[in-house]
Amino acid sequence: MAALAITDTPDGRRILALSGRLDATTLRDLWDAAHRALADAPASPVTVDAGGVDYCDGAGIALLVDLVAHPRAAPVEVANLKPAHEVLFKQFDPKRLEHDLDPEPKRPPFFEEVGRTAAGVWRDLRNQVTFVGELVAALANAVIHPAGVRWRDVWRISERVGADGLPIIALIAFLLGLILAFQSAVPMKRFGAEIFVADLIGLAMVRELGPLMTAILLAGRTGAAFAAEIGTMTVNQEVDALTTMGLDPVRFLVTPRVIAVLLMTPLLTLFANLVGMLGGALTMQSFNIPFVTFLKEVDSAVTMTDFLAGFVKSFVFAIIVSGVGCLRGLQTAAGASAVGDSATRAVVSGIILLVVVDGIFAVVYFALNI
Amino acid sequence: MAEPMDAAEPIIRVENLTAGYDDRPILRDLNFVVQPGEVFVILGGSGCGKSTLLKHMIGLYPSLAGRVLINGHDLTAAEGDERRAIMRQFGVMYQSGALFGSMTLAENVKLPLEEYTELQDEAIDLIARMKLELVGLDQFTGHLPNEISGGMQKRAAIARAMALDPRILFLDEPSAGLDPITSAELDALIRRLSRTLNVTFVIVTHELASIYAIADRVIMLDKRTQGIIAEGDPRKLRDESDNPWVRQFFRREPELAAA
Repeated sequence: MAALAITDTPDGRRILALSGRLDATTLRDLWDAAHRALADAPASPVTVDAGGVDYCDGAGIALLVDLVAHPRAAPVEVANLKPAHEVLFKQFDPKRLEHDLDPEPKRPPFFEEVGRTAAGVWRDLRNQVTFVGELVAALANAVIHPAGVRWRDVWRISERVGADGLPIIALIAFLLGLILAFQSAVPMKRFGAEIFVADLIGLAMVRELGPLMTAILLAGRTGAAFAAEIGTMTVNQEVDALTTMGLDPVRFLVTPRVIAVLLMTPLLTLFANLVGMLGGALTMQSFNIPFVTFLKEVDSAVTMTDFLAGFVKSFVFAIIVSGVGCLRGLQTAAGASAVGDSATRAVVSGIILLVVVDGIFAVVYFALNI
Repeated sequence: MAEPMDAAEPIIRVENLTAGYDDRPILRDLNFVVQPGEVFVILGGSGCGKSTLLKHMIGLYPSLAGRVLINGHDLTAAEGDERRAIMRQFGVMYQSGALFGSMTLAENVKLPLEEYTELQDEAIDLIARMKLELVGLDQFTGHLPNEISGGMQKRAAIARAMALDPRILFLDEPSAGLDPITSAELDALIRRLSRTLNVTFVIVTHELASIYAIADRVIMLDKRTQGIIAEGDPRKLRDESDNPWVRQFFRREPELAAA
């Protein structure tokens, strides 16, 4: 244990005699007591007598340094330190330890900050426009020279995006159809109109929910994966390596991914539409509407135009999900958290863009009377 | 692209180069040349801008001022196909190796060959195998980068950088993170390749042992002056330089001792 004894000498000096073990476990009470002893006699010079200290670790030295550095009128000195402790104590200059451990970052003047932020937004926007341009050029190049596309990558990524994504898409679409049917069938039953649930499910899945839900799931699953994968490559300088080999990262990394997602998203959307309707049909069984009736009703309600309106969207959504994922990956900064940030940004900005574009589609379709 | 110029012409010429990021210069007004066939080492303390200079020399970042001429062609001003043609004259080994993690060593080495040549598959296979044999990795052609050691990854990265037989190889901190034996093996490999293939090496490092083992000529950068403070034979610099910072570096003295 550690102990502190305070004595005042006739010449006005205060002596703090420390004894025992000064370490991180014994210091808690002593620390406050020692500081109180300094504060009680602000005008007296103080000697900290460490003659009785048997053991002193880094925490004990910190106490001594802190007492010496204490801002007060009269000086504080340390006496009788054992040589082994003296060596530890002498390592530190109290003045150099005064600075704030966690200083507030210096904020630039308001206008500078506004300017920098604006410049940052402008740069980001310019990067995005450049990326879109590069992507279009790379895709056009892929159409003109299909042999230049890394098809092996395309098939590998297609498998991951399409086949591996089937179960989750099936599950969500099935539940969506099931719940939608149930929620609408109960109130509609009151009017004897439950047969029209088939119309609702058919139209909602084909025009809106099928493409949108598939794209949102892909943004979370595939967009994030692309951002993380390309982000890791950026951090590992693999993207730099491609650049210095004279190989365009957009053509090499982005094109195969966009093509794969472009091929898979419409197929997944078709699948989601079908499974969603299956879920709805199953629910309607319990409302005494057989499969055949459900199917006939869907067939009469959903036109080819409805189907195409949703199907066209899935292609646009595919480009958004894959493009945003790859762009965020290529924008990855340095550091351990950068890849995680990129994946998050890919999902968030991907989903926002999807919903915004879906809204634009809705307006355009309405204007075109589709 | 024109064929190599007169042998006496420097293969790399850096003229008045100011290097940095986002308009923030880290090195100012650099001038130096690299001669064909030499092992040229860029050295300096941590944070002095060695890797920054390398990234500007290979065209990864745009220069803030000045230019870099590779074999007489201005890399800083070139764009499109001309730029790619200049870049094909050199290979780069990054500090981390930067091998493509999803590809085997053989596929990594084959990649530039597949992209840039129209050779038959069996020819490309053979060339890749030969390059990997040059660096002593012919037994590991089917391994993925994460299945081999750090030293092997760096050797594989050198093999990939050599795939198209460039005239210049840039190596960024080849011995970083390697034990002294592996590091010495890599130095021996660099010397051997330099002698047998007459490749020009531009190497960024601060490993003194490596510098003495491989360097024909060095330039030393310093963050205080943001420029070159010494140039020449490393042993001569160690023994004869008047500059206290240069002596301090070669004698491994701590910063405080010189202040």
